[in-house]
Amino acid sequence: MVATPEKAIGQPIARVDAVERVKGRAVYAPDLTLPGTLHCKILRSPHAHARIKSIDTSAAEEYPGVKAVVTHKDLPALDSDEQVGGEVTLDAVYLRQFLMASDRVLFHGHPVAAVAATSPHIAEEALDLIKVDYEPLPAVVGIEDAIKDDAPIIHEEVRTRGLEGRSDKPTNISVHMELARGDVAKGYEEADVVLEGEYRIGMVHQGYIEPQACTVDVDATGHITIYTTTQASFANKSQNAALLQVPLNKVTVVPLEIGGGFGGKGFTVPELPTALLALKTGAPVKTVLSRDEVFRATGPAPDAYCWIKAGANKKGEVTAFEARFYLDAGCLPGSALYVNNILVAGLSPYKLPNFQADGYDVLTNKSRSQAYRAPGLPEGAFAIETMMDELAEALDMDPIDLRIANITDDGAPMSDGMALPVTRFKEILETVKKHDSWTSPVPEGRGRGVAIGMRREGSGTSTATIQLNADATFSLIVGSVDLTGTRTSMAQIAAEELGVTVDEVRSTVGDTDSVGYSDGSWGSRITYVTGMAVKNASEDVIRQLKERAAEGFQASAEDVEYADRTFTLRDNPEQSITLAELAPKCVGMGLGAVIGTGIAAGVRPVTSTGVQICEVEVDESTGRATIARYTAFQDPGRAINPMAVEGQVQGAVAQGVGWALWENYEWGEDGILKNANFLDYRMPTALDLPMIETIFVGGPAPENPLGVRGVGEVPIIPPLPAVGNAVSRTTGIRHREIPLNPENVFWATHNGANGAK
Amino acid sequence: MTTTNRRIVQFTVNGNSVEVAITPRQTLLEVVRDELGLTGAKEGCSNGNCGSCTIEVDGVTINSCCALGVEMDGREVNTIEGLAPGNDLHPIQKAYMNNGGFQCGICTPGFILSTDHLLKMIPNPTEEEIRLHLAGNLCRCTGYDKIVRSVQAAAEDMNS
Amino acid sequence: MRNFDYVAPTSLTEAVQAFGQAGDKARALAGGTDIIDQIRIGRRTPELLIDTKRVPEMMVFEGDGAGGLRIGAALPLYRVRDDANVQATYPALATASGLVGAVQIQNRATLGGNVGNAAPSGDTIPPLVVLGSTVVIAGPRGTREEPVENIFAGPGQMTIAPDECLVEFRVPAPKANSSSYYVRFIPRAEMDIAVVGVGVSLTLNGGGQIEDVNISLASVAPTPVRATDAENVLRGETLTAALAREAGEQAEHHASPISDVRGSADYRRELTKVLTRRAVAACAAQLGVNVT
Ligand SMILES: Cc1cc2nc3c(=O)[nH]c(=O)nc-3n(C[C@H](O)[C@H](O)[C@H](O)COP(=O)(O)OP(=O)(O)OC[C@H]3O[C@@H](n4cnc5c(N)ncnc54)[C@H](O)[C@@H]3O)c2cc1C
Ligand code: FES
Ligand code: FES
Repeated sequence: MVATPEKAIGQPIARVDAVERVKGRAVYAPDLTLPGTLHCKILRSPHAHARIKSIDTSAAEEYPGVKAVVTHKDLPALDSDEQVGGEVTLDAVYLRQFLMASDRVLFHGHPVAAVAATSPHIAEEALDLIKVDYEPLPAVVGIEDAIKDDAPIIHEEVRTRGLEGRSDKPTNISVHMELARGDVAKGYEEADVVLEGEYRIGMVHQGYIEPQACTVDVDATGHITIYTTTQASFANKSQNAALLQVPLNKVTVVPLEIGGGFGGKGFTVPELPTALLALKTGAPVKTVLSRDEVFRATGPAPDAYCWIKAGANKKGEVTAFEARFYLDAGCLPGSALYVNNILVAGLSPYKLPNFQADGYDVLTNKSRSQAYRAPGLPEGAFAIETMMDELAEALDMDPIDLRIANITDDGAPMSDGMALPVTRFKEILETVKKHDSWTSPVPEGRGRGVAIGMRREGSGTSTATIQLNADATFSLIVGSVDLTGTRTSMAQIAAEELGVTVDEVRSTVGDTDSVGYSDGSWGSRITYVTGMAVKNASEDVIRQLKERAAEGFQASAEDVEYADRTFTLRDNPEQSITLAELAPKCVGMGLGAVIGTGIAAGVRPVTSTGVQICEVEVDESTGRATIARYTAFQDPGRAINPMAVEGQVQGAVAQGVGWALWENYEWGEDGILKNANFLDYRMPTALDLPMIETIFVGGPAPENPLGVRGVGEVPIIPPLPAVGNAVSRTTGIRHREIPLNPENVFWATHNGANGAK
Repeated sequence: MTTTNRRIVQFTVNGNSVEVAITPRQTLLEVVRDELGLTGAKEGCSNGNCGSCTIEVDGVTINSCCALGVEMDGREVNTIEGLAPGNDLHPIQKAYMNNGGFQCGICTPGFILSTDHLLKMIPNPTEEEIRLHLAGNLCRCTGYDKIVRSVQAAAEDMNS
Repeated sequence: MRNFDYVAPTSLTEAVQAFGQAGDKARALAGGTDIIDQIRIGRRTPELLIDTKRVPEMMVFEGDGAGGLRIGAALPLYRVRDDANVQATYPALATASGLVGAVQIQNRATLGGNVGNAAPSGDTIPPLVVLGSTVVIAGPRGTREEPVENIFAGPGQMTIAPDECLVEFRVPAPKANSSSYYVRFIPRAEMDIAVVGVGVSLTLNGGGQIEDVNISLASVAPTPVRATDAENVLRGETLTAALAREAGEQAEHHASPISDVRGSADYRRELTKVLTRRAVAACAAQLGVNVT
């Protein structure tokens, strides 16, 4: 489908890079093998927590075909204060400890050593020859155990940030945050109903189908080139430069096609051991993680334990609200941003005149937890939106009406006091309320649940460059990795701004040497922020072209207009030159090449919101809940490519439903993960889901000229509570634990909610 | 027995006869990717659970991560690279492109080959039949909605 | 993956020789959907894999001349799943063959592998058992035939000697007025291992009473087990909803499940009751007796 120039934005066009993908030719990180490549395998801890007494690699080093073995001893000295950035900021020392254990292993699957050999099979055999002497230590697996006073301490040096002066005890709570407003005690007095509940949400993995993989190539000058699968090539570069203690201009990151990330590929994982081996051998070294390793040691999403007590009056207005949210950071401090997400984006849809909310980042003997789409918010929403449903039920009120009664007006203060950007949330809820998915009678044997989600986004910086070619086509380079069609939507924006068709814009993702700094593809920022960079670059191109045309007209560039592929002198329309005529004059004939640069930074935050309605059937004899109907309302602002937006919404809903019903890390008491494979870690198959009806609501975001909002994250927020509320309304029992897998639902309905087994 | 028991195995891949010297422990997936350079089939799990390694052998789709290269002697192997010649697109490939049947695309070669197998068995499948037949292929990006629609579009196109 | 050798005999004689020589150092390779991953993760460590798929005797799929059926141990399950005769005459077996993994797995996996893997969860096993199937076993000491029911020793273990192999399954012709049914419970809709599976075969007499019944349970004990208490309450009776429920209660006596990531022991017991009740009722419904 060829879009007309004026209409490039808003068309549901096929991906510009689609052919390569459907032909199986697109090159992902596991697909690249440079000549002379050695293959790396990683030795991992069989314990969740243990002291490493010694590591003997000598037998492995002598094994035929092995070229090098590395351990933490091969790491350069590191300044202990250094921080590394990604979607969150971490201490470099901790990140390095996560990627290669030194004196202790902190989780089952923690890397201890790595081998480079002439084949992956040989590297794997050599792992068996490495002798590690461990002294097992007590492991802390669950949040609720980790916060007990007598819990084994994971990092002796950790003190709770946010409680300075109040406690100087070693602790597993690395961060405490709080927000409050009004007078909660007074709020309870005004309440007609007061409810309290505990909510537990399991740990899940982003579940991208492509495992982490990379090839690291070090040239004779010591320059390090990393070919990898990442959501953030520049962050990957700075992380690895910091961990390897080399200057930034000594590292190039080439992002290959990425087979899914969802927040899980924002931090470097296999690059560090791979680079150490490449530096040691002088040969390119390639690592491809197995699915088992991906589950154990890349960074799943935090599990959570929440407590809420809330009071509401007969009109449904929540007069008092108290909450505590504990997120599992795993073995490194770091989920604080996600806790913050809950306290701000999670609570701000509601007015909550009197509230006290506390959030905690809790350390356990698990892999470092990481972002998963809207990090922290699905967990927080499960608690908040379930409580809202419980209040509606207690007050015998329509749950959408209850939400309307509490929704924050645009411009009114959010939980952190900042003004809520334009959401039109009330209008959206009114629209949803009239939709068939809500008004139609609930079929016999089914229950229906609703939940909302909100995210505030649009941070960081992005860069784009656009070159004019001699034949009046354009080459666009962005630094944001293409996760879900970035090249296409960026081509659409550029085409519209340049007044040409999408076919005339070649859209590529650059490596870290070929385009300016860009933050990662996370936080729903790409369409918005990178889109702004592309818009700015396009405007820069037009400005330069006007200057070139003005030279020919012997006039001032300000007097040149551009429309219909033609530059015209405003006061003398006889004076005109087409883009096709001007382009060769610029490129190749001396007027000067045209390269537009666009940088976006400090853009105004926008919100993105969604409402979802789920209908389930429950087989009470077995506990199995089946999704019978699912409707997702999403405000995409102005949808650049509606087909892509719908696809993202549907994908996020499917992930959320998977989380709600099946997916869960199953831990042994000893901290051993028991289901690190796709058979027992149950992601939804095609047969587990219905069609997911996607409906666009709301409208363009007034905060930015493109009118766009992020859509990548919000739709994973409502599924947990929407499914949970639907199951509760079907079984007549309030379910407060995720996953609602058949066994959990079975025991809850047979023994009462949270029932013993 | 490290690399000593390498042997020559002959089979056809996408219509071309090939001969590879491989060891028994190399899976069919490793052989097509590493020995033949056909990287369209992906390794998402290595134990039969994700379908991203789907390849057709003697007319039926299999998980090539759960098969050995040495088993292929004399067999006919078809991969995504052979579905349509050169730069041509098979109607199924077009349907996935035009209906948003993928996002990251890592699962796509597997889905397309599973779709091809399905449409050879059932030219006009119902939604339920499509979902059942594709249940061995995991996609984490799309929620399957647009994949099902892509299959429906391909069936319509191929039956018209 | 650790290395191993590979041979592909092209006749039963060659195969018997290969198994006979290698003994416990070898394993059969049929569809490979169990064994290859088991080698990869180190659960099994054979030095030799003997490919059974080029042995014509292990690929048979034909009538036994007496109204029954012969199915080669290396025949892919999709052939069983899609066969009109199996669907009509041995519905439990057709169903189970279509439940193992997904399409790609069914295109490779075999009955020989499902039985040979000897997992308590093997889906085709309860149907084979309730249909009274036997398996032909060949080895250096000759060929013998055993009821499928008798060949499981424990999880992952058969009673056959390491130098023997499975050649074909023989499923006898069902009696008049009989049917079979298999149902399993899994959390997802596909691609999962049975938390509990129940196979039932029923024969009704002229008066509509249950003349004969076999019930076999998967995933509730170290090997597939017969639920004889449940069979006993049904035999000779006219099926009612209450009786089907009672059969479920009785079946539970035979369940000695473990708790693992796929389900707790208690949950498995509960499911045994539910699924047995449902399987008995559904099997009867296929014979025109509706009790629900
Ligand atoms: C993703 C996935 C899903 C699965 N889902 C299911 C499921 O739903 N239900 C289920 O029951 N199983 C399931 N399985 C397990 C497996 O597919 C089945 O057990 C299958 O029937 C094995 O058959 P195969 O031919 O592939 O066996 P192989 O892997 O070739 O062999 C399995 C075992 O049997 C032995 N064996 C094979 N043939 C013979 C013979 N002739 N003589 C002696 N021993 C022999 C082998 O040595 C080996 O130990 C699944 C597997 C995967 C990977
Ligand atoms: S890689 Fe073969 S099924 Fe996943
Ligand atoms: S498109 Fe990404 S997994 Fe299917």
